[in-house]
Amino acid sequence: MTFKRNIDRLPIIPADAKEHNVTCQFCIVGCGYKAYSWGINDQGGTSASDNKFGVDLAKQQLAMTPNWYAPSMYNIVKQDGKDVHLVVKPDPNCVVNSGLGSIRGARMAEESFSEARSTQQQRLTEPMVWRYGQMQPTSWDDALDLVARVTAAVIDAQGEDGLFVSAFDHGGAGGGYENTWGTGKLYFGAMKIKNIRIHNRPAYNSEVHGTRDMGVGELNNCYEDAELADTIIAVGTNPLETQTNYFLNHWIPNIQGASLDKKNKLMPNEPHAAARIIFIDPRRTVSVNACEVEAGKNNVLHLAINSGTDLALFNALFTYIADKGWVQKDFIEKSTLRTAATRPPLYPARGDSPGMPGHLTSFEAALEGCRTSIDDAAKITGLDPADIVKAAEWIAMPKEGGKRRRTMIGYEKGLIWGNDNYRTNGALVNIALATGNIGQLGGGVVRLGGHQEGYVRPDYPGSRPAPYVDQLLLDGKGGVHHIWACDHYKTTLNADKFKQNYKKRTDIMKDAMSAVPYGDQKAMVAAILAAIGKGGLFAVDVDIVPTKIGQACHVWLPAATAGEMNLTSMNGERRLRLTERYMDPPGDAMPDCLIAARLANNLERVFREMGKQSEADKFKGFDWKTEEDAFTDGYHGNAKGGQFVTYERLRAMGNNGVQEPATAFDNGKLVGTQRLYTDGVFSTEDGKARFMDAPWRGLEAPGKEEESKKFAFLINNGRANHVWQSAYLDQESDFVMGRWPYPFIQMNPDDMKEMGISAGDLVEVHNDNGATQAMAYPTPTAKRKQTFMLFAFPMGVQGNVVSPGVNELIIPNYKQTWGDIRKIASVPGAARGTSFKSWEYKV
Amino acid sequence: MKRCDRKVDIGRRWFLSGAGVAAAGAAAATVMPQRADASPQLARLRYPANRLANISDLKPNEPLQVAYPDKEAPGVLLKLGKTVPGGVGPEGDIVGFTTMCPHKGFPLAYSSSDRTLNCSGHYSRFDCENGGQEIWGHATQNLPQYQLRVDAKGDIYAEGIDELLYGRLSNVLEG
Repeated sequence: MTFKRNIDRLPIIPADAKEHNVTCQFCIVGCGYKAYSWGINDQGGTSASDNKFGVDLAKQQLAMTPNWYAPSMYNIVKQDGKDVHLVVKPDPNCVVNSGLGSIRGARMAEESFSEARSTQQQRLTEPMVWRYGQMQPTSWDDALDLVARVTAAVIDAQGEDGLFVSAFDHGGAGGGYENTWGTGKLYFGAMKIKNIRIHNRPAYNSEVHGTRDMGVGELNNCYEDAELADTIIAVGTNPLETQTNYFLNHWIPNIQGASLDKKNKLMPNEPHAAARIIFIDPRRTVSVNACEVEAGKNNVLHLAINSGTDLALFNALFTYIADKGWVQKDFIEKSTLRTAATRPPLYPARGDSPGMPGHLTSFEAALEGCRTSIDDAAKITGLDPADIVKAAEWIAMPKEGGKRRRTMIGYEKGLIWGNDNYRTNGALVNIALATGNIGQLGGGVVRLGGHQEGYVRPDYPGSRPAPYVDQLLLDGKGGVHHIWACDHYKTTLNADKFKQNYKKRTDIMKDAMSAVPYGDQKAMVAAILAAIGKGGLFAVDVDIVPTKIGQACHVWLPAATAGEMNLTSMNGERRLRLTERYMDPPGDAMPDCLIAARLANNLERVFREMGKQSEADKFKGFDWKTEEDAFTDGYHGNAKGGQFVTYERLRAMGNNGVQEPATAFDNGKLVGTQRLYTDGVFSTEDGKARFMDAPWRGLEAPGKEEESKKFAFLINNGRANHVWQSAYLDQESDFVMGRWPYPFIQMNPDDMKEMGISAGDLVEVHNDNGATQAMAYPTPTAKRKQTFMLFAFPMGVQGNVVSPGVNELIIPNYKQTWGDIRKIASVPGAARGTSFKSWEYKV
Repeated sequence: MKRCDRKVDIGRRWFLSGAGVAAAGAAAATVMPQRADASPQLARLRYPANRLANISDLKPNEPLQVAYPDKEAPGVLLKLGKTVPGGVGPEGDIVGFTTMCPHKGFPLAYSSSDRTLNCSGHYSRFDCENGGQEIWGHATQNLPQYQLRVDAKGDIYAEGIDELLYGRLSNVLEG
């Protein structure tokens, strides 16, 4: 059955309701919202003087009205211990979203912790520890004392390499500058932890080392550039579903021609037309469809390449554009390295070193190394040669009058989690550099992003390539594991084997702990250390909800999330904003930065008790009382331009914030940076950008080529519009779970027919790495033998079938996965209420 | 390019122009809004029981423009030819939905080829054969569906709505 709330009216926001700035806690776009709250016995009225909007709410409001909110935008929450009404609704005055709300962000209120309305009752409210054979609630002092004693003992026995850490590194919920600094200062400042990995990958690395090594920071343009470009290229991204309001509010107007006035005004003396768009993606997505609806098929080019062949395509485009002379010679001369570097000995198979898998050099040398003909690229990619030429023309053929074409290039997980990440990233940036499309209006070569960003930490003390942490854990390394808002069971590769092994190691620990009375602290720590000696692992999970990996852990520490704490993040155009605290965290939950600080305080105390004064002294400087203390210590003290930024100033900048880096505080306002590299000086020591000599080398990660030949189906994977991240909140939403009771797997209907699979049947996806389940979703636009499965979903983890093969820098390759499929059950109960119609808007 | 089935399209223009359904010819004749009793003391709204049409007015898979619970709230009646959730009539195949998209209030257009309501504003799609489930889109609720009743004469009455309508904080406008 389709879920319905049967809510027929909502409390009206009174004129004197409190108002807080909110940046959506979910995706990179960071839409502006406002949180309104008021006393539980107060209410507004329909007459204009009685409500926050100052309008007559007894009248029907028209489309796009700011004077309405959906039931999902309402809740009753605690504020300073008292129940209050809460509405969190999109902000029409935020330049990011102009009042648009996505299916994810516009549910923030409903996905808040509410005792009165029983939402998100899964939230962790108290620390929990393993004792007497189950997780038991306890106090912060007790839980942190246990964690500190075990951690200190492991460090004492094994050194800091015995402490393994998994930690978020992003903005928004489960992140933010406060919390990345809190954890960063603990693990990289006080300690020098090398065995640490990030929430979605098995090592501490960048997803975009390639572009950074070339001197081009990955978030170098602004959202307005999507309104100004002549051509937009979208590589391995589906922006309508994953950067929804960036796409709707900034891409679509350009594709419709609605931003022509702005183009003519900002860029006079050159011809302008509605933008054309190129999608590079093996799968036809709703983004492609929407662009065709708005611009007509003639202005949309979907290059449905063979999975993982992007590099060959980019090299052919680079070659063709350069041979045609459609490059910006002045820019290349002035802003890029002009002397070729010597090629490494193992070129082209290998780069300069394992840490440098490509070869950075001059334009001419890179062109020579990357040289790929249109025909060769067509063979590798499976594309029509004419379409590759058309793409090159759309990217770089000069406009009427010889004016340079402005092309914006956006890329995301299709490239990042794709074959040969480093070189593919570099090859794409080559095109942007050659055509001078960085630091220019309507340009940029940018990752489009998943989470918001919020990174400020001391330098990572480990090597490059970084240790493959998941593999080390599988190999029995490490004695204690601290996990911060990560869930490997849902969001890692080789997840099936990881789970099996992790469960074994943590079960050894549980059994050992169960055999000792908890109150005998010395005996408990001794038992834990003895269990580590037998291959056991002591696991501590800091999160807002009980996670899948949490099932294996011995301590759970409850964290607060955005809105329950003041939290700063920046979005995909480096727009920094403060989400103000508008409600209490559940129970005893605390911001991660303060959990890190209290853990540091406890480690200092325990080391002193052990008589290790110099070890204890490392944990000084964690006397923060509030998240603002952590922000001031971290961002204000360490981020570029951070010296200008304070909570007070950010609060005053509201939902439009300031684009990083901040450069001044002037006339009561923070001054920021709309675009990077407008001066043509790049992020290298000499300021010159590098090209990458990046020849095609097939499926690069070990085992992928063999897997592609052995199994029948491509198991492509990614996100769905309804679901945020791993559904950690959505799993409690009847609205979302009514739509996706299981992860979908899009399949070609002819494939399904051949295999006797009907819409909604549960199928098993399996290969040598493991197995998982999904609900078959007939998709006529899916190519034969090419499927697409929802990633990171609790009821069927796609990562189970992803091989452990990674690139040289330990970047996972989720996208190039092949497996077989078999039916395991006819449409189960929950799937019976699900629609199986096409997602594509019909005109 | 034909962007939607004509009847709903026409209805949409009336709605947006503010002319309301009063000028809607045959369809309008079937709408008899009655004043709602929205006493604030009640825990739930008392919806008007409005006659929207007679079964004989409906043609299979053709949307009939209606409005409920008042003329400011456009919607459609559909006869889908098979029993569906919320369906009434002898075959359980008659359903009614709002045509204001619960995302941003843009008018929905009926696609007879796959029996969906589609939003030209931001591409959301709702399944008329499955309780208005949002197949794909931005709204944070499935499509508000009418609770319908058919009397002995074949008159179709709407008597309630299962989700909040776009653009109003009370499904029955008060004041």
